[in-house]
Amino acid sequence: MNFFFEVLIGGLLAGVMYSLVALGFVLIYKASGVFNFAQGAMVFLAALTFVGLQEKFGLPLWGAFPLTLGVMVLLGIGIERVVLRPLVNQPQITLFMATIGLAFFLEGIAQIVWGTDVRRLDLGLQDEPIESIMTNFNLLVSKFDLAAAFVAGVLVAVLAVFFNKTRIGRALRAVADDHQAALAVGIPLKQIWAIVWSVAGFVALVAGLLWGARNGVQFALTFVALKALPVLILGGFESVLGAIVGGLIVGASEKLAEVYLPALMSEFLLKHYDISINLAGIEGWFAYMLALVFLLVRPEGLFGERHIDRV
Amino acid sequence: MQTWKRTLIGLVAGLAAAASTLPASAQQAGTQFIGITGYRVGPYGANGAAFFGGFTDYLAMINERDGGVNGVKLSWEECETEYNNAKGVECYERLKTKSATGPTAIHPMSTGITYAILDKAVTDKIPLITLGYGRTDATDGRVFPWVFPILSNYWDAATGIVKFIGEKEGGAANLKGKKIVLLYHDSAYGKEPHPVLEAEAKKLGFELKMIPVPHPGNEQQSQWLQIRQYQPNWVILWGWGVMSATALQTAQKVGFPREKMVGNWWAGSEIDTVAAGPAATGYYAASLNLAGKGFPVVKDIEDKVYAKGKGGDAKLVGTVLWNRGMAAAMITVEAVRKAQEKYGKKPVSGEQVRWGIENLKLDAGRMKALGFNTMLPPLEVSCQDHGGSGQVRFQQWTGTEWKSASDWMRGDSVLVRKMIEESAAKYAAEKGIKPGCAS
Repeated sequence: MNFFFEVLIGGLLAGVMYSLVALGFVLIYKASGVFNFAQGAMVFLAALTFVGLQEKFGLPLWGAFPLTLGVMVLLGIGIERVVLRPLVNQPQITLFMATIGLAFFLEGIAQIVWGTDVRRLDLGLQDEPIESIMTNFNLLVSKFDLAAAFVAGVLVAVLAVFFNKTRIGRALRAVADDHQAALAVGIPLKQIWAIVWSVAGFVALVAGLLWGARNGVQFALTFVALKALPVLILGGFESVLGAIVGGLIVGASEKLAEVYLPALMSEFLLKHYDISINLAGIEGWFAYMLALVFLLVRPEGLFGERHIDRV
Repeated sequence: MQTWKRTLIGLVAGLAAAASTLPASAQQAGTQFIGITGYRVGPYGANGAAFFGGFTDYLAMINERDGGVNGVKLSWEECETEYNNAKGVECYERLKTKSATGPTAIHPMSTGITYAILDKAVTDKIPLITLGYGRTDATDGRVFPWVFPILSNYWDAATGIVKFIGEKEGGAANLKGKKIVLLYHDSAYGKEPHPVLEAEAKKLGFELKMIPVPHPGNEQQSQWLQIRQYQPNWVILWGWGVMSATALQTAQKVGFPREKMVGNWWAGSEIDTVAAGPAATGYYAASLNLAGKGFPVVKDIEDKVYAKGKGGDAKLVGTVLWNRGMAAAMITVEAVRKAQEKYGKKPVSGEQVRWGIENLKLDAGRMKALGFNTMLPPLEVSCQDHGGSGQVRFQQWTGTEWKSASDWMRGDSVLVRKMIEESAAKYAAEKGIKPGCAS
């Protein structure tokens, strides 16, 4: 039973790491109704800029963080000016295609500026088990994962306040629903987009730092976005809370599935059909299958808004 | 809108005009042109930058120090594949027509690209040098005359690792009853050692559990919890890219000792260990070549290339993959030299280079003369054996550098050879190939 709880806790904590990336997607979606394909590239760019600045100027963590944040804010403003402003009131698919182009551009520019070397990022927190929990309960809980969960919790709280209690947050929803109508009632669309992309840059920086500290800062950081997709489908594209709950469900279910399902299925196939097959490695697609099932049952996700169109 | 259109048309016209003034390729008349399907960006860009950096630095050094090979200067062009099979094929097609003598030999540096261009290379008569990767059964040159898994193949690595573990356990006999996990990249590359490890487990009596890691391998919680529950004596890491660093980090997280982990040679470079930080200390990895700058050939490159500002990234010099890239270039150059012995001191074709590789013999004396000393094992290629060595060496990460942890050694070469011949014969039957050696 201990092992089951270990897998479950590990999965939940891994899910929090997926949620961190998913939060960036949610922000952009809430502001523009567009799925930001470039979020993974932003995570990569932010982490690479952070370690690049540290390396080049010998900056400490607290020195590199605001500078990188500045870069991400400038990027957000730049994206609004160059990419989004000319596309106001265009179909959402056009905006989506623009983010695909943006993703490749950011990946390329990050590598041109900072190079392709794999870099170590030390946040001063080792990915090690917490001794006291290990000794008393024989349960493996990582210090690093717990810290990441705390950071995610703080981010969610801040973003929840931002969306629900501020004028900008309320304006965001209007912008997402209809650009032209939002402009007509005096919502400053350009500023809203610039702010949201900057906040998404901040979230990308936090996610990039945590993923980079775990795996090294390298191109593979762009792939973490793939883990966020099923999280968004489950939680709902417009919900900050959904990103967290979706992450927890995806993390826990994919880990439990990977550990228990292949053995059970192999045993079943061998017993009933005399087929010997190794089914391990389902983790890569299990979350997507789960998301597909959710799409069939609840297309808007657990916490997403149900849209009703008049025809 | 009109302004946009005018700008766009102007831009296209400008680019077309600029392109028309550029040379068709980097090769110059009378040189030995080498086509390089490389990658320096993308998910494995760091690995490619080190390997192909060493490769081109060596070629530059041959031109600077020796004036080429017997007076024939080397020229080369690199095409970016981003480690993508489709782009690899595109680059291959582009490079094969760049020179009258073809691209000399292609180093795909990707098992996937190797598989994708294998049949094309036979038709085009272009040798493929797959140094420590690609199809293992291509070691049988009677069936695969155009493919050279030079030095050692994946099965040499797998059996070498088992032998190394056996030595650490006090002898192969002590492996009986031990538990070994193969943690592998869930791809053709990761599945390559399965048959030989299963055979070894049966032969030596150890328990083998194979755990796949889905691409790209940046999250391995469930795999390592299974390892923690299974409590193996050793873990063999068959990783690539981010998977290797993540494995080391997650091993630390679950408290598995890194001194009981042995990687293959694609999971054993500074790129993997630096990214993992302190979690990598104590980790072993097999190697095709030694790391470090303490070899005369490296000094020659520093003096003749870097000192003149013609080198690549200086901080990569002496790293595992940079040295491996340099070794790959040296094998290509020596194959050209060998081919020139038979066909004359002029640029040689792919077909002639193929003969050169198949008759290549680099003993310890020749390695020393080339400045490689013990960085590589002696090499003797033949039609039957396109590997030429089959040896492997182990190194251990100290926290700052790789230190040698063994001498050159062979795994179960009898078992490997038997399995290679069986697999190659099966391939020959499927493809209707009549195995044999060209004269």
